[in-house]
Amino acid sequence: MKVWLFHLAVLVALAVLALMLPAYHANNLARILMLAVFATGYNLAFGYTGMLSLGHALFFAAGMYGAALPVSLWGLGALPGLALGFLAGGAVAAAVGLLALRTAGVSFMIVTLMFAQAGYLTVIYFNQTTGGDQGIVLSGAGRMLAGLDMTQDGPRLMVALGLYAAGLLAALALVQSRFGRVMLAMRENEERSRMLGYDPFRVKLAVLAISGLYAGVAGAGYALLFGYAGAGFSGVQYSILPMLYSLMGGAGTVLGPLIGAGAMFYLIDIASGLTTAYLMGVGIALVVLVLFAPRGILGWVRERVLPWLP
Amino acid sequence: MGFGPFLLLAVMEGLVSAAVLALTAVGLSLVFGVMRVVNVAHGAFFMLGAVVAWFVAGHVAGPPVWGWLAALVVAPLVVGALAALVDISVLKRLNYEPEAVIVATIGVLYILEQAALMSFGPDARPVAAPFTLRLQLPWFGYSGYKLFVVVAAAAVLAGVWLLMARTRFGLLMRATQVDRNTARAFGINVDRVYAGTFALGAALAAVAAVLVVPISQVHYLMGADPLLLAFITVIIGGLGSLRGTLVAALVIGLSDGVISMFWSPTLSKIIATLLVALVLVFRPQGLFGAKA
Repeated sequence: MKVWLFHLAVLVALAVLALMLPAYHANNLARILMLAVFATGYNLAFGYTGMLSLGHALFFAAGMYGAALPVSLWGLGALPGLALGFLAGGAVAAAVGLLALRTAGVSFMIVTLMFAQAGYLTVIYFNQTTGGDQGIVLSGAGRMLAGLDMTQDGPRLMVALGLYAAGLLAALALVQSRFGRVMLAMRENEERSRMLGYDPFRVKLAVLAISGLYAGVAGAGYALLFGYAGAGFSGVQYSILPMLYSLMGGAGTVLGPLIGAGAMFYLIDIASGLTTAYLMGVGIALVVLVLFAPRGILGWVRERVLPWLP
Repeated sequence: MGFGPFLLLAVMEGLVSAAVLALTAVGLSLVFGVMRVVNVAHGAFFMLGAVVAWFVAGHVAGPPVWGWLAALVVAPLVVGALAALVDISVLKRLNYEPEAVIVATIGVLYILEQAALMSFGPDARPVAAPFTLRLQLPWFGYSGYKLFVVVAAAAVLAGVWLLMARTRFGLLMRATQVDRNTARAFGINVDRVYAGTFALGAALAAVAAVLVVPISQVHYLMGADPLLLAFITVIIGGLGSLRGTLVAALVIGLSDGVISMFWSPTLSKIIATLLVALVLVFRPQGLFGAKA
């Protein structure tokens, strides 16, 4: 109960914040929330189940193009587009998982990286449809999501907040369920959980597919909310970012990815005001985190202040 | 030009890329074999070698050959020293935990790339070839330097083999590879072997870069493609098997040269990456590697 109240309070605080923020920061918050949805799903696979994937950009891109292509090519509505992107992310993740989960550890990382790279190259190869690096710009009717105009700051932030709230509560329910315990068991000791009668392959495949659904809806939402889908979003950088957000906020915490996404977003925002080489911040953050703070911000808080945090 | 000479040209181009690929992949394979870690920053070390080569070549007076020779000495030293520093200050503190090392080397990759962007800039710059000899074949002329690259790469690889098989440091590396703890128990300074191996792997990437810059150009993102290809080579050849890596480099370099002459390079890259993923899934020991 305490856990649910705490997270509801966080969501209420976010909603209040959304109402008070000036336009520039409100826009940033919408982006952060969509990236946080992506990272929350990544964290289910990485932080809770111990699957370090380097291929989530593929699932993000599947959601992005799964929504953007039907909307721009065939004039599909934005809401069905969002649903298509959601499903596309999950389907691609399940397909990749069927193959990639035959490996583990470093091989799993490389296999997922290779699949994502093949996906990125495919987006480039079909650049007449996908627009390649130029991408697709969505406009007009394609950005009316259930009667809300996504070109307006207010409704956009509201939808982003709604998607994040749904993602957060679903993740919370998942990790608190019996299945969530099995996920942790896979992370801690796969062999022992196999001996107890669980099938690691099926559990991990299910989690990877769920994680893909998150990536899919985040990608689709990102495309529809900000009106753009491009090949850059399927590059390896977008596999690394959710990992970075999870590590920074705290791998294996429900709220960590949001904190990590926010902190990293503003870090890069400030750095890009100073230099064009703003990705330097990403590199330094990765090295420092993995060396000195492998548990991340919320992991640290949980260790010292709030031991009941999921 | 008929089909025969066209194929000959493709094979020659393929040989050149195979030679460069073998040099980069051998460094990656060495590091994986001895230390059991994947160095994602390997491509960044390659790029750094090229940038250092450009810098050195620009600061040595006289004919281009002096600048190039100076680069061939300086670049591996600088890059090797930096790699040793990364090993001691980062990887060692992570206890060579494989997944943590990948995350950390991704960080190092970004740091090096962006540092190059800040200092070297976003433009591609050329480095003069040490000599301009043109071999006139009956059908087409061919750069003598490119053939020199093949010979030089073969010489360097022979040197690596001699180092591994015939010297004391090679023996220490092989002992550490077989069993880290036993090696330590026999009084081998494993920390130093690791730092040396990591530096050697990076230095080999730098040598490859110095060889390749007169053909292609120096650019701060030039490490991405070699990294991917080196990964592919090492995996196909069997992670940690030097002989397999060499064979795979020849196969991949030649087929890449031939395929990209006839098909779109993007398509051949898609096929190659998918094949690699499938090899890892269904034959994790690699095509030529022994059972792990």
